[in-house]
Formats: sequence, C-alpha cells, structure tokens
Amino acid sequence: MILAVTIWLITIVSTVLMVGKYWWFPEVASAHGGDLDRQFMLTLVVTGVVFILAQVGLGYAVARYRDGAGKVANYTHGSEKLEVIWTVATTVVFFAMVIPGQSIWADLYLAETPEDALRIEVTGQQFAWNIRYPGPDGEFGRLAPDLIDDEGGNPLGLDLSDTAAQDDLVLPIMAIPLGKPIELLLRSKDVTHAFSVRELRVKQDLVPGLLIPIQFTATRTGRFEIACAELCGLQHYNMRSFLEVLSEADFAQWLKDQAEE
Amino acid sequence: MMAMVAPPPDSKTGVRELGSEGPGLPGAPALPAGRGGWGDSWGNRPGVPERRYYTGMLVLMAGVTMLFAAFTSAYIVRKGISDDWLPTAIPTLVWVNTAVLLASSLTVERARRLYGDTAAVARWWLATTILGVVFLLGQVVVWQQLAGAGIYLRTNPSSAFFYILTGAHGVHLLGGVAALVYWSRRLLQDRPPTRTVLNVTSIFWHFLDGLWVYLLLFILLWR
Amino acid sequence: MAEEVQTHAAHHEAPSGWVRKYVFSTDHKVIGIQYYMLALFSVLVGVGLSVLIRLNLAWPGTEISILGTLFPEGAPGGIMTPEFYLAMLTMHGTIMVFFVLTTAPQGGFGNYFLPIQIGADDMAFPILNMLSFWVTFLALAVIMAAFFVEGGAPISGWTAYPPLSALGEIAGPGLGTGQSLWVVSIALFCVASLLGALNFITTTIDMRAKGLTMMRLPLTVWGWFVTAILGLLAFGVLLSAGVLLLLDRWAGTSFFIPGGLVVSDQAIDHTGGSPLLWQHLFWFFGHPEVYIAILPGMGAVSHILATFARKPVFGYNAMAFAIIAIGAVSFIVWGHHMFLSGMSPYTAIVFSLTTTAVAVPSAIKTFNWLGTLWGGRIQLTTAMLYALGFVSLFVSGGVTGLFLNQPAVDVYLHDTYFVVGHFHMIMGVAAIFGIFAATYYWFSKMFGRHLNEFWGKVHFWITFVGVYCIFMPMHNLGIGGQPRRYAELTAFDFLQPLVSLQQFISIAAFITAAAQIIFVANFVYSLFKGRVAEMNPWRATTIEWEVPSPPPHDNFGGKFPVVYRGPYEYSVPGAEEDFVPQTAPDARGSTG
Repeated sequence: MILAVTIWLITIVSTVLMVGKYWWFPEVASAHGGDLDRQFMLTLVVTGVVFILAQVGLGYAVARYRDGAGKVANYTHGSEKLEVIWTVATTVVFFAMVIPGQSIWADLYLAETPEDALRIEVTGQQFAWNIRYPGPDGEFGRLAPDLIDDEGGNPLGLDLSDTAAQDDLVLPIMAIPLGKPIELLLRSKDVTHAFSVRELRVKQDLVPGLLIPIQFTATRTGRFEIACAELCGLQHYNMRSFLEVLSEADFAQWLKDQAEE
Repeated sequence: MMAMVAPPPDSKTGVRELGSEGPGLPGAPALPAGRGGWGDSWGNRPGVPERRYYTGMLVLMAGVTMLFAAFTSAYIVRKGISDDWLPTAIPTLVWVNTAVLLASSLTVERARRLYGDTAAVARWWLATTILGVVFLLGQVVVWQQLAGAGIYLRTNPSSAFFYILTGAHGVHLLGGVAALVYWSRRLLQDRPPTRTVLNVTSIFWHFLDGLWVYLLLFILLWR
Repeated sequence: MAEEVQTHAAHHEAPSGWVRKYVFSTDHKVIGIQYYMLALFSVLVGVGLSVLIRLNLAWPGTEISILGTLFPEGAPGGIMTPEFYLAMLTMHGTIMVFFVLTTAPQGGFGNYFLPIQIGADDMAFPILNMLSFWVTFLALAVIMAAFFVEGGAPISGWTAYPPLSALGEIAGPGLGTGQSLWVVSIALFCVASLLGALNFITTTIDMRAKGLTMMRLPLTVWGWFVTAILGLLAFGVLLSAGVLLLLDRWAGTSFFIPGGLVVSDQAIDHTGGSPLLWQHLFWFFGHPEVYIAILPGMGAVSHILATFARKPVFGYNAMAFAIIAIGAVSFIVWGHHMFLSGMSPYTAIVFSLTTTAVAVPSAIKTFNWLGTLWGGRIQLTTAMLYALGFVSLFVSGGVTGLFLNQPAVDVYLHDTYFVVGHFHMIMGVAAIFGIFAATYYWFSKMFGRHLNEFWGKVHFWITFVGVYCIFMPMHNLGIGGQPRRYAELTAFDFLQPLVSLQQFISIAAFITAAAQIIFVANFVYSLFKGRVAEMNPWRATTIEWEVPSPPPHDNFGGKFPVVYRGPYEYSVPGAEEDFVPQTAPDARGSTG
C-alpha cells in the first residue's frame, strides 16, 4: 500500500510540475513558435494520459493484488485479444500524434525561403558569435581563412579586396526586424556549435565545413539571449550574445548606427 | 536434488504447457551425456557436439562484416562529400597477392576434403599456411611501394582508406594465419586437427578471401 | 567425433590454484562476478563524479576547501574550474554507459546466469569469455589513466564529437593525451564486447538443455540474447569510428575534420572531412547501445515480476517478440539524435517515424507487465520493489521519448535538460533499477547468502523517491531552456530562475548518492555474514534455482537438466505447490 501511495504521489507531483508551469517556456516570439508549443502541449496531454494511467494502474495492481491469506493467483498466460487491442491502440494513438506534427518541421526546414527574406550569416567560434550583415549591396563578400585575425578585428577573414566585402558588417550581436522573414546562414570556424534562442524556438547546429540555412519570422519585439547548445569546449557555458527584435524603422536605424561605428 | 538426465517422462497430465511444440522434446531417445549433445529448436540433429564452433564462426563473420560495412560506408560518405579525393593508384603487386590468396582458398579446401588422410591434409595445409604468409608479406611490400612513391595515410582520403582497409583485412588474416600455423605444427607432430577444426578454419579462410575480393572490387569501383 | 567430446570433458574439472580459480578463471560464474565487481567499482566512481557535477551546477564558484585538498589542479583554492567540470561530465557519461550499464547486466548477470538458465555447464567458449573480461578490464584501466595524465581527462562529452575531439590540445584541455586514452579505451571495450557477444549468441543457440526450445527460454535469456546480437552488430561500427578518429588524431588523416578550420587564430592542416560522419557512425552504435543497457533489465524484471506475483508472465510470446522488435528497430532510429545536426531535413522525418515505432513494443511490454501483476499474489520483496520501480521509471522515462522523436518539438528541447532527464530516467536509473532488482534477486544464488531485506528496503525507498526528485524536475529545466553541459549557470540571465530547481536536484542527488552506501555496506556485510540461502528461496521455476547456492564449478555436477515446460509456471491449478520447475517431469510439480 505504501508503494501504491508513493507511486500515486509521484504521479501527482509530476503532473503538477507540468500543469502548474512553474518552470516553463518563455513567451513565444516567432511565427512558427505557436505551432511548436501547441504540438508540445498535444504531446504533453497524450503522454500525460498514458503516464497517469500506467502509474495509477501499477499502484492499483500492487495494492489490490498484494499477497494475503487465502489469496490465489490467477493462472493465465495472457490474452491474444488484449495484445492485439493494445498494440493497435498504441500504434494508432502515437502515429496519429506524431505524423501531423511533421508539418511544423516541414514549414521550418523544407519550405522555400521567401524572396524578401533578410539574410544574416552567423559564424560560431570558440567562444564567440560573429554576426555578418551583407550591407546595402545585399551580397556577402569573400572570406579568406588565412586573413582570419581575431585580435586584429577580422574574426571572419573578410577579404576587403572584394568589393562585395567592403560594406559587410561583422558584429558580435544581432538585431532583426519584426515581422520580416529572416534567413540565417550558419557556419563554424572551428568546432561544432549550436545557435539557439529560446523565445524564437530556434536551434540549429553550426557544423564546420557546412553552410546550414534556417528561417523564421519574429513576432514580438524584445532582447533575447543567444546561447550555444552544442558542447564546444571550455567556455561553452559562456558563449553568449544577444538578439534584438526591433520594429522595421528601429532596425534600419540600428543598422545605420552600427555601420557608422 | 531434482530430475537431472531424467528418463523420458510418460506422464503429461492435463496442464497446458508453453512451447511444447518443436524438436528437442522430452521423449526423444536418450543421448550420451555431454555438452551440446542435445537437440535444439533449430532442428539440429543431436549427436553433433561441435555445432557451436560453426555457430561461433558464423557469428564472428557477422561481426567482422559489420566492421567492414562501417569502414566502407565511411568510405562512400567521405568520398561523396569531399572535394579533395584523388584516386590512389593500386600497385600491380596487389593482383599477384590476390592470386596468392585465391590459390590459398583452393589449397585449404583441398586439405579440408582430404580429412582422414593426415599426410595429405598436412601437405595442403602447409601449402595454405605458406600462401597465407606470402600474401601478408606481399601486402606489406605493397605498403612499402606506396610509401616509396610518397603515398602515406595522410596523403589523401583515398590512400588513407586503402591503408585502413588492407590493414584491417590483414589483421584478421593474421588471426587466420595464426590458426593455420598452430595446426600445421600439430600436423607435423602427427596430431591432426578434427573435422570441425578443418571445417571451421577453412570457412574463416574462405570468408577472408571473399572479404578481400569484396574490398578490392570496392576500391576499384569507387575510385 | 569421440575425440572431440573428450577435449571438452576437460572443462568439467575444477581448476586448482588461486590464480586460475579467481583471477584468470574460465568459469562463467567467476567471470560474471568479476564483471559485476568491475561494474560496481565503476558505478562508485561514476556516482562520485556525479556528486561533483551536481555540486558545481547548484553552487558554481563556491569555495569548498575539501575539493581544493582533494583536487589541487581541478579545484584550485576549492573552486572548481570549467575544465574540471567538463572532464567529470565526460568521464561520468563514459564510465556509466560503458562500464556500468553495458557491463553489469550483460557481462555480470548474463555471464553468470545465462548458461545455468539454459542448462549448460559453461559458455560455449570459456577461454574467449575470460579474454573478454580482461580486455574490458584493460579498457577500464586505460580510461582511468586519463584522469592522471597531463591535461587531465577529455572534455568532449561521452559522444566525443569531432572536430572538438579530433583536434588535440589546441581545442581545449584534456583533448590531448586524455582524449587519446579515451578513444583507445573505447576501442578496447568494443573488441571485448564483440568477443562477449559472440559467446552469448553461440551459447544461447547451441548449448540449451534438452527440451528447452526458444519459446521456453526465460525472458532473461531473451534479453541477453538479443542484447548480444545488438552488441555484435553495433560495436564493430563504433570500433571503426574509433580507429578513424585515432588516425585523425595521430596520423594526420581527415575523416572527421573539414578543411579551412581556424582554431584560436591558428589554421588547421586538414581537408575535406565530415563531422557528421562521426555522428552517423557513433549513433548507429549509440542507439542500439541504449537497448543494450535496458533489454537485460527488461528480461530480469519480467522474470522477477512473475516470481513474486506468483503468476506466469502475461503474454510471453508478445514479450519475447517485443524484445526482438525493439532490437531490430533500434538499428534504424539513430538519426533522431541528429535532427539538428545539419543532415537532410527529409531524413529527419523518416527517423522520426521509425523512432515512433519503438514506442509500440515498449508499450506492449508495459501492458504485459501490468497484466502479469493483475490477479497475482504479490510478494513485496526488495527485488520485487526494484522490479516495480523499474516499471514505473520505464513508463516515466519512456513517455518523454515521444517528445524528442518529433523533430519540430526537438528543435526546442534538443540538448536541453529535458533530454538529460529523459535518458537518465530510462537508460540510467531504469536500467540501474533492473540491476538492483537482479542483485537482490540473485545475490543468494551467486554468493550463497542473502542480502539483508530490511536494509534493502531502506535502500529502495530512498533511491526510488530520490531518483524521481532528481530526474523529474530536469524536464522542467529543459522546458525552461537550460542547455546541457554548461560548466556554470552564471553567464545567462534566463538560467537564473532555474538555479533554485538545480539546487533542489543537487540536494536530492546527494541524499540518493549517500543512500548507496547502505547498498555497498549491505553487499559487503552479506557476503560474509548474510543469512545462508537455501537452493530455491523464492520458490521459483527456472533452472538456476535447481542447483546449489552457489552452484558447483560445472553447475550441474556433470549431469544435464532436461526441460519439460515453459519458464513461468506459477500457481498452476492442481499442482502440489504454487510453482512447477521447468525441470519437473510431472506437471503437478513433483520433482521425484
């Protein structure tokens, strides 16, 4: 009985932790984020029901069928009918939950990037973020690895002999305009990092040797922390920057200010 | 204690028994006591006590296959993604080595089939051993030729894979040669191997031979 | 033929001499105990490391003078450095996954009980068996050495993703010699596991007693058998990856290191490799590895639930097929570790669906466990408590998998504490509960004395409540966005509200870790002073309970058991007792 009660208590506390939302998602700030949160909640409800039923059932069985005087165990090897029922039921429920959710992934990773998307390049390195805006010409200039000089202020190895490179803006922080599709081009100089911003529901590895695009649209202004989410070495925990979502006008002004500095 | 080596039961009362179908049931003729002497559900006849060596060899080959499957998958991926792949020229000696190894498969098979005639087994077995050693030495010479031409592990991914695949194959073949040498000594001392030993060793040897042909074709076709 | 039988008769003689008996023994029971002790040592190290990890997570930068004394380099002045933290984290993961979760259930209990349960006097290849153990031992020695070399243990996590793990010292402390030792140790471990798997598979196929068909095997044997098949097919792949990584580190090849890297302003002389190649090879091994850790536990728990519910296992065939199904599917799900790795987003959807399929046999197992309990006569021994705890934890750790298998949801949860909570729950503590259940169940058979039940229960209650207190809240940390593998939680504003929860977890972890002293004390005390065990104290049906505790050298005194029925004939109507041994010729249970 103590075991049954303990299992039930654990079930209740676990449920309360989830339902009470004491430690929970930050308010969403991207267009796809709402769908993602809804899919999470759907999964939480489905798995929550499974979790509660199984734990309550386990506790009940232990309490109800505890050994005692005069009790006789039921001699049975099972029931094929039950096996079929629960196999089919779990298959249907789990796949019915998982398959529709794939559309969110498809919207994020398989959809064409809109023509008017603002392209920003993000380069990870131990232990800093380099954010590059293409400048007024809309083109990213050439990079030459042998020109890389962290201390000299050229962390990306921007080749200034390329005219497209001359107006490129390389910053340690990021700002984006509200409501405009953004395409980030992710790359790494050294080891694998991951770009993550909680509020935007965005996370993607930066793999050396690959250029990985991701897209999203911000739906709320604010200043969010960029964190590295893939172990990249000693200062992994310290690899931090900021992403500011500004109104279009503010963003234009911000970009101008940054270019002048 | 309990009913060990029980006589065949004559009573199977009312209770439903699980899995009472299939071979190896109680009631089969009594067998001499001994390990692995019992029939089992895979339909093996009792009285073949050395089955586990065949099974073990099959399992071993499955494991080795996975190792090489991983290496060759890595090869395909690495070649597919890279812009730095330059095919490595395969020295002519490789073909000679291949011929030697194929020949050794024939000799070991000959030895296997002559089971019973110890002198003949010894002759063919020794021939196999020598061919095996010659193949290994030949592979070392191939490495030396490549190194002499300035082609090392680090020169190019294709050369790296050439060294790895030949090396990994060589390590396994070395195991085979060790078995051949051991039993050669025994044969020379007129203590011949059992049929099981002959069979299992030659299965492994053929496998290494086939593995080599696979690797060679692989390297040739995915240059 | 006759001569072949003779060569093996030699096995029946017990070896004389202490070294051949207890050190380089070919007796599967001695080897099983050796594996178990190796795992016990490793788990103590692993838990010790987790205590240090929890200390730093909850109170980073705090001066704890004893740490400064114990680890003058890792915690100068009593304050842990980030490299120390990451080294502890890497070693904790590696030691736990390989040397505890892979070693104890399979190498330990599997070695000891598989031959006995199938009525064999030893493994198919006893010398190979001995070799497997000693290579594992060597692997452990090599990885332990990493603590003591220049630069310390590696900091690249148990997954050792290149380029971080491939570049050497330049990428961070511990990535020089320490990382090399790590790779060598894992490669050795692979070889040992392959040899072990070969032995388990062959033994199960060819050494079964007369009458013991596959569908009469105890579910424990099914667990070990399928685990061995997974090991056979998975460890070779990890071995290949290890060899390639070593060559990248030592020979200047570029399998995993792409061109044009610049680390700390220094250009790296490599071209064209792919970090994703490692991830594919690693997780092709890594996912089956999860089941390698848990399948023997599932087997043992089914076994123990039936024993103490005094009921046949509900749906035996479904249980056996579920084990096979989980094993088979485990080879086509590895990509769910890589949704955000930069691999094709289309493949992510495929892997998501295959992963969902794993949930079905897992659910089947849970339903059948409940079915086994339903209508039973449940005896709450310590072993049973742990088996029930396993079921509870398996459900709790399993359902969260249904979040992580969806790439869209994984975008948020990937590499957060949600993942840490999930895998610790299922492959960590659920598997450990399987090991504990098996220990309390079989200790008497292995050592001839019982573990103390009272202290066993005390140990259970603290551990059961403790692990829930530790790992349940981790899911909330993950939902709050807390990333994994952060040496300190000081740098980010959004982490600050989570610190209180981290502190709660740490306190729970310290209490739970301390409770393991009860287990170790009970273990050591009972070895020498425990209540002497009879042959079949649990009144169980399978063959290991038909031999003395502990069994003699060749298990059956030169004879061979004959099996007449399935493994879980409990409470058979009309039988003399409430259990009918597999070896009883008469279905009423009369053992003659």
